[in-house]
Amino acid sequence: MAFQILLNLLIALVWMYLKSSYDLSTFVVGFLIGLILIFIARHFLNTRFYLGRVWAVIYLVLLFLKELILSNINVLKIVLSPTLNFQPGIFEYKTSLKKEWEVTVLSNLITLTPGTLVVDVLENGNERVLYIHAIHVPNVEEAVDGIKNTFEKAILEVSR
Amino acid sequence: MTTTIEIIVLICIGLGVFLTLVAAFGIIRLPDVYTRNHAASKSSTLGVMLILVGTFIYFYASGNSNTRLILAIVFIFITSPVGGHLINRAAYYTGVKMWEKSARDDLKGKIHTKDMSNH
Repeated sequence: MAFQILLNLLIALVWMYLKSSYDLSTFVVGFLIGLILIFIARHFLNTRFYLGRVWAVIYLVLLFLKELILSNINVLKIVLSPTLNFQPGIFEYKTSLKKEWEVTVLSNLITLTPGTLVVDVLENGNERVLYIHAIHVPNVEEAVDGIKNTFEKAILEVSR
Repeated sequence: MTTTIEIIVLICIGLGVFLTLVAAFGIIRLPDVYTRNHAASKSSTLGVMLILVGTFIYFYASGNSNTRLILAIVFIFITSPVGGHLINRAAYYTGVKMWEKSARDDLKGKIHTKDMSNH
C-alpha cells in the first residue's frame, strides 16, 4: 500500500516536471493520472489497489457517524424518560480480529458509540474477548450480532 | 453571511448545547458509575462535536476559516474513549458494585483472582 502511494506521488511529480508548472492543479491532475495508471497495472502489483482500502476507511467513518447519532438518540431517550426503566449489564463479545490495532480500533469505536463501553479486554487462547458494558441489553445476541455485522465487518474490510 | 448558513449554525450549536445538557442530566439521574459514565463521556462527545462544527461553519462563512477546530474534533475522538474506558475499568477492578437492576455480568469471576493479587 505504501509502495503504491509512493508510486502515485512519483507519477504526479513526473507529470509536474513534464508540464514544467509547479502548482496545485497540475499536481492534482498528475495524481489522478497516476491513479489511473496504477488501476490499469493493479494485477502486476502483489498488493490490492490501495483506493479500495481508502474507500473502506471512508465507509467505516460514515458507518461510525450513523451509529453515533442513532445510539445517541437511544441514550437520550433513557436519560430523559421519567422512570429509570432499563437493564444495564456486562456481556462478553468474542472477536475474530487478530491484530493489535484492529482490536484497538474496534474497542475505541464501541466505546465511542454511546450506550456501549468496553470495560476490559482479556486474552482467551488466541482470541480476544471484549467485555462490554451496555446501558440497555434486553437481548444479548442481538447486541453481539449488531457489533459483528457493522464494526467488525468494516474493520475486516479495511485490513483485508 | 446568508440566513441559511446562520440557521445551520444555530441548529448545530443548539443541538450541541442540548446534548451536553442531557449529558449533565444523565450524570445526576443515572444510578451507578458505569451508567453515569455512558452519559458523561459520550453523549457529550457528539455535543462538543456539534458545537465545534457550528463554530467552524460560522467562521468559515465569515471568511476566516480556522482548521484547528477540525483538529480539536479529531483529538476529542481519540482521547474520549480512552478516558471513558479507563474510568470504567478502574471502577470495576476496585470492586464498585453495579446497579441492582443490572441484567447480567459476564465479567464476574473472570478477573477476581487478578483483583485479589493486586491488593
